[in-house]
Amino acid sequence: MHSDPAAVKKSVRSYMIVFGALLAFTVITVAVNELELAVPIAITVALIIAAMKGSMVAGVFMHLSHEKQWIYGALLLTVVFFIVLIFVPLFTVSDTTGVAIAAVGGGPMPGR
Amino acid sequence: MNIPYTVEERPDTGLANGKLGIWLFLASEVMLFGALFSSYILLRVGAPEWPHRQLNIPLGTVNTLILITSSVTMVMAWASLKMGNWGRHRLFLTLTFVLAGIFLVNKYFEYAEHFGKGEGPWHSTFFAIYFTLTGLHALHIVAGMIVMAYFLGPGAGLWKRNPDQFTNRIEYTGLYWHFVDLVWIFLFPVLYLL
Repeated sequence: MHSDPAAVKKSVRSYMIVFGALLAFTVITVAVNELELAVPIAITVALIIAAMKGSMVAGVFMHLSHEKQWIYGALLLTVVFFIVLIFVPLFTVSDTTGVAIAAVGGGPMPGR
Repeated sequence: MNIPYTVEERPDTGLANGKLGIWLFLASEVMLFGALFSSYILLRVGAPEWPHRQLNIPLGTVNTLILITSSVTMVMAWASLKMGNWGRHRLFLTLTFVLAGIFLVNKYFEYAEHFGKGEGPWHSTFFAIYFTLTGLHALHIVAGMIVMAYFLGPGAGLWKRNPDQFTNRIEYTGLYWHFVDLVWIFLFPVLYLL
C-alpha cells in the first residue's frame, strides 16, 4: 500500500479511472438486462460484470493489488472455504434438485 | 500503557495489528454473506419457479451508483489525510456519511412499497431471502455510519495527538466500507436483475 504522499497523489488518478469504469459497468449491467437474454446467459454476463467490478474495488480501493503476504494468505484461505460453502451444499441436492424441494412445498409459500 | 503496533509494522507480519485485524474480520464477513448466498442458490435451483423483476430496478440502480460514489469519497477521505489535507478529509468523510444516509432512505422507500403491497418476508421464498440479504446489508451500512460519525465527532481529536494512527483508523474504516460496497455489487444483479 502507498505510504508516501507523492505516491498517494498519483493513485488518486487511478481511483477516478476506476470510479468511471464502475459507473459504466453498472449502466452496462442494467442495459444488458433490458435485452432479455436467456437466463443462463443473463446470469453468466451479470456475474462476470459483477466480478470485474468487485475486482476493481478490491484491487484499487482496498489496495489489494499491492498488499502484504499475510493478507493474501488469509484471503486465500477465505476463498477456499467460500468455494466449499457455495458448492458443497449444492452437491448434496444435485440428484434431487427441483424434485425433493418441490415435494415439500418449495417456491411460493402455500396459502399466501 | 501504549498499545503496540498501531502505527508501526510488526516485524513478523509486516503489518500494523489493526490492518491484519480488519482483514480477518472481513474474511469472517465473506463467510457470513457467503452462507447466505449459498442459501439463495440452493433455494433458487430447488424452486420450480423463481419470480422475476419483482423489485424496483431504477431505485436499485440509483442505490448502486450511490454506494460506488461513496466508496470513492471514502478512499479520497483517506488519501486526503495521507496528503495532509484535513479540510478535504472532513469534506469527503461527510460526503460518504451523507451518501450512506441517502442509500438507507431509498431502501426505506423500497421496503415501504413492498410492505404496502403485502410483500413482506412471509410472502414468498424470494422475498424472505431478499429481506434477509438486503436487511443484513443495511445493518452493515448503519454500522459503517456509526463509525464514520465517531470519526467526524469525538474520534477526530486523535488527528492532533497521533495523525498516523488516525490515518490508519480511517484506512480500516475504508476497507470495511469498500467491502459493504462490494457485497452490494453482487446483491444488485442477483436480486434485482436475474
